Amino acid sequence: MISARTFFRRFGGLLRKEFVQIVRDPSSIAIALVMPVVLLLLIGFGISLDARNVRFGIVDENRSVESAGLFQAFANTPYFRPFSFLSSRAAEAALMRGDIEGFVVLRSDFSRRVTDPVRAADIAIVVNGVDANNARIVTGYAQGVVATWLLGHRRDRARPVLSPVTVENRYWFNPEIRSTNFIVPGLIAMVMTMIGALLTALVVAREWERGTMEAMLASPASMTEILLGKLVAYFVLGLGGLGVSVFIGLVVFEVPFRGSAEVLVGISSVFLIVSLAMGLLISTVARSQFVAAQLAFLVTFMPALILSGLMFDIESMPHWVQAVTTVFPARYFVSSLQTLFLAGTVWPVLLPNLAMLVGFAILFLALAIARTRRSLE
Amino acid sequence: MWRRIASLILKEFKMLWKDRKSRMVLVVPPLVQLVLFASAATFEVSDAALGLWIEDRAHPAQELVSRFEASPAFRVVARFDNPQAVQEALDSQKVKAVLHVGQSFSADVAAGRPARVQLLLDGRKSNAALILQSYALGIVESFNLARAGQAVAELNMHPRAWFNPNFDSRWFILPGLTVLLTITATLLITALSVARERELGTFEQLLVTPLQPMEILVGKTVPALCIGFVEANVIAVLACLTYGVPFVGSVVLFNVSIAIFVLSAVGIGLVISSVAKTQQQAILGVFLFLSPAMVLSGFTTPIANMPDWAQALTHLNPIRYMVTLSRGIFLQDLPWALAWPQLWPMALIGCVTLSYATWLFSRRLE
Repeated sequence: MISARTFFRRFGGLLRKEFVQIVRDPSSIAIALVMPVVLLLLIGFGISLDARNVRFGIVDENRSVESAGLFQAFANTPYFRPFSFLSSRAAEAALMRGDIEGFVVLRSDFSRRVTDPVRAADIAIVVNGVDANNARIVTGYAQGVVATWLLGHRRDRARPVLSPVTVENRYWFNPEIRSTNFIVPGLIAMVMTMIGALLTALVVAREWERGTMEAMLASPASMTEILLGKLVAYFVLGLGGLGVSVFIGLVVFEVPFRGSAEVLVGISSVFLIVSLAMGLLISTVARSQFVAAQLAFLVTFMPALILSGLMFDIESMPHWVQAVTTVFPARYFVSSLQTLFLAGTVWPVLLPNLAMLVGFAILFLALAIARTRRSLE
Repeated sequence: MWRRIASLILKEFKMLWKDRKSRMVLVVPPLVQLVLFASAATFEVSDAALGLWIEDRAHPAQELVSRFEASPAFRVVARFDNPQAVQEALDSQKVKAVLHVGQSFSADVAAGRPARVQLLLDGRKSNAALILQSYALGIVESFNLARAGQAVAELNMHPRAWFNPNFDSRWFILPGLTVLLTITATLLITALSVARERELGTFEQLLVTPLQPMEILVGKTVPALCIGFVEANVIAVLACLTYGVPFVGSVVLFNVSIAIFVLSAVGIGLVISSVAKTQQQAILGVFLFLSPAMVLSGFTTPIANMPDWAQALTHLNPIRYMVTLSRGIFLQDLPWALAWPQLWPMALIGCVTLSYATWLFSRRLE
């Protein structure tokens, strides 16, 4: 059994070696500090679910006060930029070319039938369904514009207006429904997943590829110490990345932060250990940088984008996919960050997430150590 | 000359195929991702946990509530009688939304006064919240319509979605996913094959062989091109067979587009690997290019929604053009004339990056 003093001396030496290596090779610093800046800025500004200025055709076969009024109603909303077409055929061609997202057709008898008490007017709303999600949103907006116009039209003609029931929407935690407010915390989680896994996966895979890992294992330091040394060094680097990400979120994107900073650092640290350990595991399994890179991309970026609740609602997925999402740690971190940023320190949400993350940290570390030990024999 | 190129191509394939692990990462992940992500990536919301906070027991209020209960979008999981309980349930994510009907609702409706209900939504998940809001609006509108009767309807709206009548999310996710999975494989293969040779010093050896720079380029390009073709076609066939996505366009146009797209990807991969000194830097370059390029390609959110500067940047992104092409070919039988505006920018990106790579290969000789 070695004394505590020799352990710390040895461990201190290992740590120093890792830091020298980090400083010498700019790519690990780039992963931790440059990647979050580039990814957060590009993706954070680029993702937007708020449709605006949708190019929309109005096929006006009617040429009446009513049809001109409806055109104006489309022009008055921030959602649409209407273009007038004389025939459905011209509008259809524009839709095929992708010049417009959709169009409405006002038949030649539109103004007569909209005032006729017996025969109702028909309006066809055609949208380009190639982007199904956008198509659904645009259809909803268009129906809304027509409905609002109709209300005004009735009022002008002094028809009895039966006041309809209206819905007042209140968004808790995000009253002005800025999509950046919920996307940016999720993006930070995504970026942290990539940083953690990339740092260890690539660096250690390279050590395996070059044979320096075997050289280190042949030294008096134990394998657990070696892995721990790497973990601590990259943990420090990863925390720097987290700091950069949170700073960009708060200052550039102006996302509110309502939780406690200590809890944020605590949960993020646990998550960082999870993703660093995941990277260690990848590198010991892969052994080559090519395979490690493919695996790291596979288990970090795409799952963090699609399976974490960042873009798509987990509870709406089929049950078997929901079951699969539970094995990707990013899911728990996305939920924690969204709550910490927008809602506050809500323990009923944070505790289960934290428990899962701690579980993953232990599991991945144990697996990484076990795999490395086995590969030595 | 052709024999030389052929032997280089053979060598590249052997490099990829000799290792069981690198063989696995080329074949298994795309298939797993296809199945998993296609099922996961849906913008529809169903069975959303709804809380009810009803302070009005009269008939109109109960009728509205029963419409919410009957909707497949919502599942009523809790009933509240005070704002504290509502707050707690929303905070702890027990419910996604709460429907609040105030005391005067039925009286307002009966008297013809403007009546309103409140929908409280969890803004942490704005995306789901926005969709739920539109569902709720639909329910209330149908309630209004039923109350007004047929007499007031002077206008009927007939919404129709071309190319995807049921707004099926998978029909737009899968053609995009085909593109993303194809570029992930091809870009990494080319970027790493040159970076690995440079790191190991075998690239210099390659340069002193009788191979011309142009021949090295062809040798590095063809394997990626083959893998891209196989991957794109297999994924497209699987998308049609397992998920019932229609493929109404031209197979020839699809493959021509894939060829140009993969060439541009190869070009970008070669540029990255020529800038990088080590494999690690090459991988980092690939990640830094690929992850924003995937998100800013129109794959998940429309390009038209982005700020103008981001829209301008997407013109440098080959994935943007290929996603448009892929969706157009799958769903709308895009004619060649309309495909052209998407094809030539990709070809241009390919030309520029590939000639830069060739120039780089020849310059290293001196």
